[in-house]
Amino acid sequence: MNKNIQVKKEIYHPMEDILRMDRMPHIWCPGCGLGSDVVAFAQGIKKANIPFDKVVIVSGIGCTGRVAGYLRLDSYHTTHGRAIPFATGLKLANRELTVVVFSGDGDLFAIGGNHLIHAARRNVDINVICVNNFIYGMTGGQNAPTTPLGAYSSTAPYGNFEPPFNLVGLAAASGATYVARWTSIHIRRLADSIATAAKKKGFCFIEIVTPCATVFARKNKGGTGLDLLSEFKNRSVINHSADPTKIPLDMEGEIVCGEFVNEEKPTFWENVKEGIREKVEKKVDWEKMQSKRKRKLYAESSDDLS
Amino acid sequence: MLKKSKLHGEFFMQGDIACAEGAIAAGCRFFGGYPITPASEIAERMSYRLPMLDGVFVQFEDEIASITSILGASWAGMKSMTATSGPGWSLMNENIGLGMMMETPCVLINVQRGSPSTGLPTSWGQSDMMQAKWGSHGDYGSISLCPKSPQEFFDLTIVAFNYSEKYRLPVFILTDAIVGHMTEKVIIPPVDELEIIERKYTTKKPGEYLPYKVEKDMVPDFAKAGDGYRYHTTGLTHDERGYPVMTEECQWKCVPRLVEKITKNADNIILLEERDVEDADVVVVAYGITARTVVPAIEAAKKKGIKVGLLRLITVWPFPEKRIKELAQKVKGFVVPELNLGQIVLEVERCSAKYVTTKSITHPGGGIHKIENIVKAIEKVAYE
Ligand SMILES: Cc1ncc(C[n+]2csc(CCOP(=O)(O)OP(=O)(O)O)c2C)c(N)n1
Ligand code: SF4
Ligand SMILES: [Mg+2]
Repeated sequence: MNKNIQVKKEIYHPMEDILRMDRMPHIWCPGCGLGSDVVAFAQGIKKANIPFDKVVIVSGIGCTGRVAGYLRLDSYHTTHGRAIPFATGLKLANRELTVVVFSGDGDLFAIGGNHLIHAARRNVDINVICVNNFIYGMTGGQNAPTTPLGAYSSTAPYGNFEPPFNLVGLAAASGATYVARWTSIHIRRLADSIATAAKKKGFCFIEIVTPCATVFARKNKGGTGLDLLSEFKNRSVINHSADPTKIPLDMEGEIVCGEFVNEEKPTFWENVKEGIREKVEKKVDWEKMQSKRKRKLYAESSDDLS
Repeated sequence: MLKKSKLHGEFFMQGDIACAEGAIAAGCRFFGGYPITPASEIAERMSYRLPMLDGVFVQFEDEIASITSILGASWAGMKSMTATSGPGWSLMNENIGLGMMMETPCVLINVQRGSPSTGLPTSWGQSDMMQAKWGSHGDYGSISLCPKSPQEFFDLTIVAFNYSEKYRLPVFILTDAIVGHMTEKVIIPPVDELEIIERKYTTKKPGEYLPYKVEKDMVPDFAKAGDGYRYHTTGLTHDERGYPVMTEECQWKCVPRLVEKITKNADNIILLEERDVEDADVVVVAYGITARTVVPAIEAAKKKGIKVGLLRLITVWPFPEKRIKELAQKVKGFVVPELNLGQIVLEVERCSAKYVTTKSITHPGGGIHKIENIVKAIEKVAYE
C-alpha cells in the first residue's frame, strides 16, 4: 500500500470503544434483539462510569453466549450453564472487579439453574443479565424452560405442554437484591437498570425479553424481529411495585416490566468477613499449631516410608 | 493476614490435611469444593485455614460449580484448587476441558475410591487413572501425579501447582483413600526453602498483547482480569487473539499445541522412583499406595532368587514411555499391580509389547493385593 495515503479513521458505531469492531459482522440473525441488548449494556456500563478495564463479562453457550466475544472487555466465553460459577471465582478472587454474566434463558435456567439459585442465595456480588427469547436459539429452536405453554418449538411440534419458569420470580425468591425485567425495546430503561446493577452490591438479576427473529418467531408465526418488538411494546406495562412472583409470561398477556426488587443486604463476602474475622483471630493459637520439632533438612522428610 | 500463618515443622498428619497444607505452602488462596468421601477433609482443612490467610473458601452446590469457579479464580490471578473423588470427578470432566482449552493454571485432587458409580465411598481404589487422561472430550495434554504417603501428598501438591503455573493447565493429583486417610509423619520445611514457581505474566502493553501467541516456549504468557488488557478467551477453537475461528486450519494450530506443550516437556515433568531396576529381570511397575503394598512381595521374590526391581510412577501422565521402552529391551517382563481391573497396564503393554510380556495383576479396589499373587506373577515372568 502507498504509504502516503492517509487512512481516515471512521467512526463505525457509537459504542465502538467497548465493542470488538474487529469481530464484526457478528453472527446474529437480521432482526435478532441481541444487538439492542448489547448496546443497552454498553450504555449502562458507560452510565455507571466504571472504568472498562475493571468490568469483566462472562457468558455461557448459546446465541446470547456469544455476547462476551463482542465486548472489548476482559471477556470469558465458558461452557453451557457454567458462567455463574466462573464469574463467582473471578469476583471472589478479585473483589475490585465488576463482574457481569450475560447469557441465555436455557443456559441460566435449565442446565445452569442450580448455580443461579445458589449464587442468589449466597448473594455473591455479581450481575446476571438473562436474555429470555423463550427458546434455545443457537441449537435451532428447541424447547426451553421459558417456552410458554402452547408455543411451538422444534422439540414441541404439537405445542409446549410444560409450564415455564417465571425468571424474575425465581430470582427474587432465591434472594437476589435487585430484580428487573425489560424488553429489547426499553433500551433507555434497560441501560439505567444495567447501570444501577453495576453500581449496586449483591446479586442483581435483569431479564431482557428479547425477540428471536429466526427460530421463535418462525415457529410461532411471530413475523419478523421488528414485528415481535412491536408486539412486546404493545403487551408491556411498567409496574415497579408488581410482585415478581406473580407476573409469569405467556403468549398473549401483559409483559409486566419494571424494577421489582431493590434492597440492601450484606453480600457473601461481607458475611464471610464479618462472621469469620474475629473468630479466626481468637481461635488460632499459632504456637500450638506450629510443631515444636523443627527439622532443618528437608531431605530428612523423604525417609523410607515403604 | 495473620502472622506465621504458614506451618513449619514436623507433624503427625493425615494425608488429606497434608495436601491442604501443601496447597497453602504453594500459594493457593482459593478453594471451591463439594463434600465427598474420602476427599472432604481437604475442603474442611481449607475452610479452616484459608480465612487465616485472607484466602477464599466456598462450598459450592456441586462439583461442576467447584471446578468452574477455580478456573474463574485463576483468571483473576489467584492460585486455586478443588478436591473430589470419582463421582465428583466424573461431573468435572466437561470443565476440565474448558480449563485445558483456555490454558488455565489450577490443581485438582482426586482421592480415589472403589468404583464405578457410588462404588466404595469409604474404601479405596485406583479407579480413575484412565478417566484422568481421557475424561474430557477431545485431545489435550495432561499431568497426573500419584503420591504414596502423606509426606508425598504434601510435596506433590506443591509440584502440581508449580507444573500448573509453568505449563498453564489444570494439574491432577490421583491419590486414594488410603493415602488420603492415613496419618504419618509429615515434615513441612520453612516457606523460604520451598521451590515455588509463579506463572509468566506478559510484559507487553495492552494492544500489543495476544493472549494465545506463543513465542519461545510452547506456553503463552498470561494476563489476568482487570489489568487493562481486555482480552477474550473461549472454549471454542481460537486463534492467537483468543477469537473463535471455526476452520480446520485454526483447529490444527490450536489443539496439537495443547498436547505437545506436555509431551515435548515430558522429561522435565516425569518423576520416577527406581529400586533395583538396573539389573532386574522382572520390573514391577506400580504407583500410589500399591507401590507400598507390593514391597513385601518383591522381598519374597528376591528371597526366591529372582532379580526383581520396582519402578514407581510418581508421574503417571504424561506416561514415562521412554523409560519403559528402555527397560523393555533389558528385562524379561513387567508386572503391573493396580487397584483397578487393568488401566495403566495398557500403557505399559503399549510401550513394551514389541519386546517382552507384561502381566497385569488386577484388583477392583476395597482391599489390597495378596502378596502370593504378586510373587506368582513375578515368578511367571521370570521363568517363562
Ligand atoms: C453441555 C452442553 N449441552 C448442550 C449444548 C448445546 N447447546 C448450545 S447452546 C444451547 C441452548 C442455548 O439456549 P439459550 O441459553 O436459551 O441461548 P440462546 O441461544 O437462546 O441465546 C444448547 C443446548 C452445549 N453446548 N453444551
Ligand atoms: S437464532 Fe434467534 S436468538 Fe439466535 S441469533 Fe438468530 S434471532 Fe437471535
Ligand atoms: Mg434462549
